[in-house]
Amino acid sequence: MTWETVIGLEIHAQLATASKIFSGASTKYGAAPNTQASLVDLGYPGVLPVLNGDAVRMAVKFGLATHCKIAQRSIFARKNYFYPDLPKGYQISQYELPIVHGGHVDVQLPDGSTRHVNIVRAHLEEDAGKSLHEDFAGMSGIDLNRAGTGLLEIVSAPDMRSAQEAGAYMRKIHALVRYLEICDGNLQEGSFRCDANVSVRRVGDTKLGTRTELKNLNSFRFVEKAIEIERDRQIELIEGGGKVTQETRLFDPDREETRPMRSKEEANDYRYFPDPDLLPIAVDDALIERVRATLPELPDAKRERFTNAYSLSAYDADVLTVDKRLADYFEAVVKATKAAPKIAAHWVMGELTGALNRTNVDIDASRVSAATLAALLDKIEAGTISGKIAKEVFEAVWNGEGSVDAVIEKRGLVQISDTGAIDKLVAEVIAANAAQVEQFRAGKQQVLGFLVGQVMKMSKGKANPQQVNEALRKQLGA
Amino acid sequence: MHTRTLAQLSADLRARRVSATELTKHFLDRIARHDATLNAFITVTSEQALAAAAAADKRLGRGDATPLTGLPIAHKDIFCTAGVKTSCASKMLDNFVAPYDATIVERLQNAGVVMLGKTNMDEFAMGSSNETSFYGPVKNPWDHALVPGGSSGGSAAAVAARIAPAATGTDTGGSIRQPAALTGITGIKPTYGRVSRYGMIAFASSLDQAGVLTQTAEDAALLLEAMAGFDERDSTSLDDAVPNYSKLVNEPWERVTIGVPESFFDAGLEADNAKALRVALKELEKLGATLKPIELPHIHLSVPAYYVVAPAEASSNLSRFDGVRFGYRSAAKADDLLSFYMRNRGEGFGPEVKRRILTGAYVLSAGYFDAYYLQAQKVRKLVSDDFTRAFREVDFVAGPTTPAPAFGLGQKTGDPIQMYLNDIYTIGANLAGLPAMSLPCGVVRGLPVGLQLVAPPLHEAQLLKTGHYFQRVTDWHQRVPANYA
Repeated sequence: MTWETVIGLEIHAQLATASKIFSGASTKYGAAPNTQASLVDLGYPGVLPVLNGDAVRMAVKFGLATHCKIAQRSIFARKNYFYPDLPKGYQISQYELPIVHGGHVDVQLPDGSTRHVNIVRAHLEEDAGKSLHEDFAGMSGIDLNRAGTGLLEIVSAPDMRSAQEAGAYMRKIHALVRYLEICDGNLQEGSFRCDANVSVRRVGDTKLGTRTELKNLNSFRFVEKAIEIERDRQIELIEGGGKVTQETRLFDPDREETRPMRSKEEANDYRYFPDPDLLPIAVDDALIERVRATLPELPDAKRERFTNAYSLSAYDADVLTVDKRLADYFEAVVKATKAAPKIAAHWVMGELTGALNRTNVDIDASRVSAATLAALLDKIEAGTISGKIAKEVFEAVWNGEGSVDAVIEKRGLVQISDTGAIDKLVAEVIAANAAQVEQFRAGKQQVLGFLVGQVMKMSKGKANPQQVNEALRKQLGA
Repeated sequence: MHTRTLAQLSADLRARRVSATELTKHFLDRIARHDATLNAFITVTSEQALAAAAAADKRLGRGDATPLTGLPIAHKDIFCTAGVKTSCASKMLDNFVAPYDATIVERLQNAGVVMLGKTNMDEFAMGSSNETSFYGPVKNPWDHALVPGGSSGGSAAAVAARIAPAATGTDTGGSIRQPAALTGITGIKPTYGRVSRYGMIAFASSLDQAGVLTQTAEDAALLLEAMAGFDERDSTSLDDAVPNYSKLVNEPWERVTIGVPESFFDAGLEADNAKALRVALKELEKLGATLKPIELPHIHLSVPAYYVVAPAEASSNLSRFDGVRFGYRSAAKADDLLSFYMRNRGEGFGPEVKRRILTGAYVLSAGYFDAYYLQAQKVRKLVSDDFTRAFREVDFVAGPTTPAPAFGLGQKTGDPIQMYLNDIYTIGANLAGLPAMSLPCGVVRGLPVGLQLVAPPLHEAQLLKTGHYFQRVTDWHQRVPANYA
């Protein structure tokens, strides 16, 4: 019996507004506890929420980028429950009439196929504060700095069929909100969070199975891992004659398991009703057009353009456009170098990304600028150094040993292109490898590669491989 | 001096016939003399009042005073006042000192008004008799065995007993008009959104509106002018210029048509009260108003609709009182979070507040929401439409403010339904968001009763003017209870 996994994601993207969604307090991360909470955020008696217009514009921007319908009139509702980090005893959210609904994104999968994922809705709401259970022996600490920060909750349809698809969708939304500059996408700081609804059914079934909701999925890897674990748990349960219970489960990455949340953490009746303190959000065509004018080139369009304009493979274009800043870096290199875009792409995705990851440095702070990389590629293009030597130069520049020219000069890495010198090296190698030369002459073409390697070795990698190749063939009379 | 109106005192201050300090001392003395009996004040801010009066006197001397500079008034204890206890008459907030001023407090203060103190009220404004206060009931100055009405009972009693020349109040279902009627003073609830709700502790956000309790309509015009207007801190406040009410009330009379719903005179209204009302309507007719019988077909549904919508909003609004960040926290050690909440809220709230929170939570809960909350919202729309239709033909809707004069302390506390029916004539204006005013219009069994006028949205000026003209030809508003003359 084969099983199909059905997944829908609820993504919470913290909006990159300077102040909170209903108060003037700053949203900057990392301040001392409770120093960025105004009386409104603290839920003091008599205070009232006032909607931040930037949050509305950001929601509209997301809606436009995902082919959603933008509601001309949407309303805020109160979601009522008690928790110490929820100062008012209710969260201002949207319930029946969200600001955007009914859109989709097309997610590229590693096998080259595309998954069409519908976006049911995206609504505005406020974040809660944080409860800190460690460091306060026998007590809980409450930090309300985050309370009232604007969130966009993006709800997908149950359109994904594997953990990998869910991961790819999450990455796609992550890239999108960063392109749109509506969310900084910082997963460690909790700016981008995800819950997953997971169910399984037998292949061919049209009815959805009972789902569980997985919480605490704060990385792409966790989303995929948690879904796989939950899928296996559900299948095992059903095959063993059991039934899946609809419940909220917590993913524990250390123990690699999901377990039900304590019933206290799960309120069952939120008593939603329209918030009488806030007027309906009105979005007219003029506002929509103003927001549309601020839309950047989106990942899909950019990928399309990269494949066409730069003759990149779909895969390369995809990797380069996930992060707008990476794409911008790549284009800056292409503009500045004589080397082919394909080579530039190869270097950005290889050496550069590798170095960034290895040293945990952000692309904005890259120690090799786009101009420097372009200069390096020009050296290869001009035949001054080989590709292999260029990697050594890149490494040295990255480590602060100076400019591309300075490193080549200092380390004496200029490629040997002098025909005389190469001929001499080739002659030496032919003399020293009589057996191999014999094999080559007998028709074994592959041996040429070995001989080239010997010459390169003797030149400490500096000989121009093209010339070595030609010289060898000439001297061997091939 | 204490029987003079705000308008008269304003003239006295500007003519330097009296100083703000003398005036303030006079009223503080009266509070000291009478409030042990009346219990109209929760907090008397003598020190701040004298400091504010001294500042007002300087301002009057400099010549940059407003018509309100130096006038002492009292604030209902539902408005946040920076550095002063703001209790909402609840044990829950007995220890709460507000860190900021409500918009109306700030505006009046900027105009130079002197705050005498914070007045008693029903707990969280939930009540019609001022008996639900944590600080004990307020006595009606006309008869200390009677209630002053509620929830702005302290404000009403203070003005009626002339221990404050005027006071602010709030009105969610009649909480300004009903106590004004039962104590023989003037009370106006403006259009929803006319006055900012910022800093006013919320009971039912879609119905709450701040207003004033004064001796006269002219005084109400004077105060309202300074309080009203758009406030960027309240999204529901109306962005509409504030007319010069105090000037407009003295403009020439224009012919008006007053609609009188005959259903208001049915068995629910005490006979003598009805008689007094007919006489008052005759006075308006003599002034040149045309009376016209009208119908408000759904008005009888106001009370049930109100007792769904108001508790629903209250149940949510009062969730913030959890003992975590401010307010009452039980001394008993809680074993877990739930018992922590239950102790704080169970001990901090009084029985009427609990009743409304429970009612509200019930009508919002899954499975009941449609039958109660949504249904009540539909009724609300019908009531509102009734008024809209009526205002196509008439300028005001007139009727009684209450079914009868003030009732006895303790008389209705055991029967919430009887208590709720006190607001039967006033609730409609809240559901429809309309401005409404109660004017003293007669005496029944030696007790004052009120005439209520309801107007279309933002017609406060017309309402106040009609009240002012009525008070030019009647003297009910000048009557002072014997012990306080």
